[in-house]
Amino acid sequence: MCLSIPARIVTINGTMADVSAGGAIFKAGLHMIEDAKVGDYILLHAGFAIQKISEKEAAETIKLFEEMNNSMNE
Amino acid sequence: MKYIDEYRNKDLIMKLADQIGKSVRRDYTFMEVCGGHTAAIHRFGIPSLLPGNVKLVSGPGCPVCVTGTDFIDKAIAYSKMDEVIICTFGDLLRVPGSTSSLEKERAAGADIRIVLSGLEALEIARISSEKKVIFLGIGFETTAPGTAVTIKQAETENVNNFFLLCAHKVMPPAMEAIIKEGVNLDGFICPGHVATITGPTVFNFIPEKYNLSCVITGFEPADILQSIMMLIQQVNRNAPKVEIQYIRAVRMNGNSIAKKHLSEVFEPCDAIWRGFGLIPSSGLILRKNYDRFNVEKSIPVKIQIREDNKLCICGKILRGLKTPAECPLFDDICFPENPLGA
Repeated sequence: MCLSIPARIVTINGTMADVSAGGAIFKAGLHMIEDAKVGDYILLHAGFAIQKISEKEAAETIKLFEEMNNSMNE
Repeated sequence: MKYIDEYRNKDLIMKLADQIGKSVRRDYTFMEVCGGHTAAIHRFGIPSLLPGNVKLVSGPGCPVCVTGTDFIDKAIAYSKMDEVIICTFGDLLRVPGSTSSLEKERAAGADIRIVLSGLEALEIARISSEKKVIFLGIGFETTAPGTAVTIKQAETENVNNFFLLCAHKVMPPAMEAIIKEGVNLDGFICPGHVATITGPTVFNFIPEKYNLSCVITGFEPADILQSIMMLIQQVNRNAPKVEIQYIRAVRMNGNSIAKKHLSEVFEPCDAIWRGFGLIPSSGLILRKNYDRFNVEKSIPVKIQIREDNKLCICGKILRGLKTPAECPLFDDICFPENPLGA
């Protein structure tokens, strides 16, 4: 119940969406996020999308990891 | 899967662990307060990747574990009434009440159904208009907005056979309670998904008032190791603050729509945490204008208050002071599949 997982929006029907995570489809309420589009990644928690995952910020974290690695290899 | 695999890259994880090893200068104790973090830390073997002087302790952040005996007893009392359907998240089934559990009552014939969300419980109420459907609302700031949306929907559609038995809680007061009890900590691995809703500022009192470090953390192994690294750096610099590691999901303002739902439907109340007792303003209760959905007001039920087993040390375990192996009851009359306390 208390775990949130990243999931991709597959279809949207009003305030509800089918989302895909780990090969399974779940229902997600879109009541708490704005401008949800098919293909967006969201955090699914207890039947609701609680936030959109930011592609830009995710890339930023990966970049930080890589920079850290490079600085260690130097 | 995207947003998972890249944070489980073995080379990256080993390098992060190596960097932590090179950064330690003293002993460090950090507490994770989210049950999701506790699960991830052990699933991915994080402690085995850390130097011996970096200690992780688990806090009270599993909403299932901290749900009080009295709540389970009330749910069981409702399940024994005629024409009642109890809808619950599956995790709550095995949590012991004072004499039974929802799982045992279900096996004995009570109509107790597992749902994945409040909206599913509302759907059951819609199609079972002759029954009273009671949803067991548990969880922190992440789960409570979903219950708020469900209650609003029940009101809009005028579903008058849908009720809430509420034990929703909020995290910061419990963290403050732990600090005030003098648990020896250098900082917190702050709950990433709670912060997704609340934003980071709810934790500001921790560095400001108590001089402890905070990093809001994601749930993959690279996230957790990077956060531990950030915490160690804060401690080394003696510059405690709230930092966000989990930037892909946590915004400065949190989720304002979810927060609006929360504040419109709920107000703060004192709440009992299993193993802790009462923590002021750590719970959520339906606002008066939603009283008709509050099952404790609409259909009052009396339960016998029973004291918890005095030998149980779950409270100390939830404070990070003891481990289960130190409890005289563990592996004697208390087992993971049939627990006694939290």
